[in-house]
Amino acid sequence: MATPPLVIDQLHAAGRGGRVRAFIERLRSGDEIAHLITLVFAASIFLLTVLLVYELYVNCALPRHKFGWGFFFSRTWDPVFENFGALPFIYGTVVTSLVALLIAVPMGVGAAIFLAELAPPHLSDALTFVIELLAAVPSVIFGVLGIFVLVPILRSQVEPFLKATLGFLPFFQGPIYGIGYLAASVVLAIMIVPFVLSISREVLLAVPREEREAALALGATRWEATWKVVVPYARAGIFGSVCLALARALGETMAVTMVIGNEPKISASLFAPGYSMAAVIANEFAEATGDLHVQALIELGLVLFVLTMIINALARLLILLTTKQGTAHP
Amino acid sequence: MVSQETPAKRSTAKIQVRGLNFYYGPRQALYDISLGIAEKKITALIGPSGCGKSTFLRTLNRMHELVRQARAEGQLLLDGEDIMSMDVTRLRRRVGMVFQKSNPFPKTIFENVAYGLRVNGYPKGRPLADLVEASLKRAALWDEVKDSLHKSAYALSGGQQQRLCIARALAVNPEVLLLDEPCSALDPIATAKIEELLFALRESCTIVIVTHNMQQAARVADYTGFFLMGRLVEFDETKVVFTRPRRRETEDYITGRFG
Ligand SMILES: Nc1ncnc2c1ncn2[C@@H]1O[C@H](COP(=O)(O)OP(=O)(O)OP(=O)(O)O)[C@@H](O)[C@H]1O
Ligand SMILES: [Mg+2]
Repeated sequence: MATPPLVIDQLHAAGRGGRVRAFIERLRSGDEIAHLITLVFAASIFLLTVLLVYELYVNCALPRHKFGWGFFFSRTWDPVFENFGALPFIYGTVVTSLVALLIAVPMGVGAAIFLAELAPPHLSDALTFVIELLAAVPSVIFGVLGIFVLVPILRSQVEPFLKATLGFLPFFQGPIYGIGYLAASVVLAIMIVPFVLSISREVLLAVPREEREAALALGATRWEATWKVVVPYARAGIFGSVCLALARALGETMAVTMVIGNEPKISASLFAPGYSMAAVIANEFAEATGDLHVQALIELGLVLFVLTMIINALARLLILLTTKQGTAHP
Repeated sequence: MVSQETPAKRSTAKIQVRGLNFYYGPRQALYDISLGIAEKKITALIGPSGCGKSTFLRTLNRMHELVRQARAEGQLLLDGEDIMSMDVTRLRRRVGMVFQKSNPFPKTIFENVAYGLRVNGYPKGRPLADLVEASLKRAALWDEVKDSLHKSAYALSGGQQQRLCIARALAVNPEVLLLDEPCSALDPIATAKIEELLFALRESCTIVIVTHNMQQAARVADYTGFFLMGRLVEFDETKVVFTRPRRRETEDYITGRFG
């Protein structure tokens, strides 16, 4: 079998100057090097991900063997009796993230529509700049603001109001503490709004002018053109921004742990305190007592990791579908 | 200047423009344009790039208002009614537009045509599907798409997409149809189809078409206007413009000596 000549061989074969020169020429043109370097980077990122999952997986052998799939369905988390179940944390993470999306997506997309379509450009740029700064605020600051500003407001105003008006729903019943799922959700919503907003605004601005003009030329009002043509055109990108925001919300640790209450319980009520996967790992890892405890936390980490990956993969798939043939479905 | 209003006087003017000056911020793009656009005829606008043809066309249904700092001065009348003070959505419904680049919505073929009907409301008692079919037939596209109405409009060829855009504009039953270089991205066969279509539409519609293609203007238009550097240099019946132009500049342009 003819093997391709190695670099060394090529350099040694100085006599056959033509080929060497050709090779060096290609090196100089950057193609080969760029190809090689980018390949190495791409491969190492992929390898890193695989390694990460592998490490998490082998380091949680104890709880995997002891609890099996029951780990995901058990509601008890008892370090003293070494009985560990992940459900309260999975529940807390999922609920707070979803409620955060429920608040943040309409706000972010709505604001993006205003900034991209209706506001004068200089105002739009200025406002976007300020809102994007929000994304750079360390999460512990959001936690502090949550405790000192948000929680008192929730406790004295918002939650009593919700209870009075929507109290027939199981989500808005029970005692009011201030801290709990709702507080964590609101803090998360504030943290992810800038992502939704700035990406949605970008994709809205990228909608071709011709699309808008076509709608307006048919006698659509500005709002009809925006809502029925521009926004649908941009929906894949908007959806992408939502997924990014969701991934951020799922993994957020500091701000959540400061306001969620840190109780490994499951309650239907959003007023009740709960716990999240990221929060419990951060809180208990350093002072975990036994190997089983440590490894249960690692398994939680694995769950969080896989969950985020699945959501990202789903998002990408959906974006792919909407951009490819989704356009055929109004 | 030349007797620019003559052609329109010979038949009724659907749109009457008097003393139109147009500015993009401080820059003037159109100078003192006056002409009448004859009802149920095809009027072609020709001229070198940048002379203001699109600007003029877009003023006729006030699409220029989308450009910040764009300003039009002068009198524009649609059936004697002042265009500038008319309700803009009603105006655009009466004066439809087809653009240079075909721009279907990211929806199905059916929904593209139905869009204008949905936003404007449509006559009660006639199902939407009938109206869509009628528009596609008027745009000579029905036979090619009747089996794929619920497929994406993006799956059509360039020429089909452009005819879809015409069908979409026709669906709201405009009195005037403005076309800005509708064939510039199409091959000769697709172009011929659109020209045929324009001929047929002349029965029911007043048509204004901007074109870079001299033969096209000569083939389809009843009247031709020649723009040069923001001025309407010549405007007359097409055969007059192409055989006995009054102005030197027009002759030079149509014989290909510049532009
Ligand atoms: N949005 C705009 N802002 C500022 N100036 C503009 C704008 N659109 C057009 N212009 C200017 O107005 C003049 C006329 O432009 P217009 O697009 O009407 O020309 P045109 O005859 O349609 O040219 P073409 O044949 O290339 O389409 C040009 O000098 C152009 O630079
Ligand atoms: Mg133009």
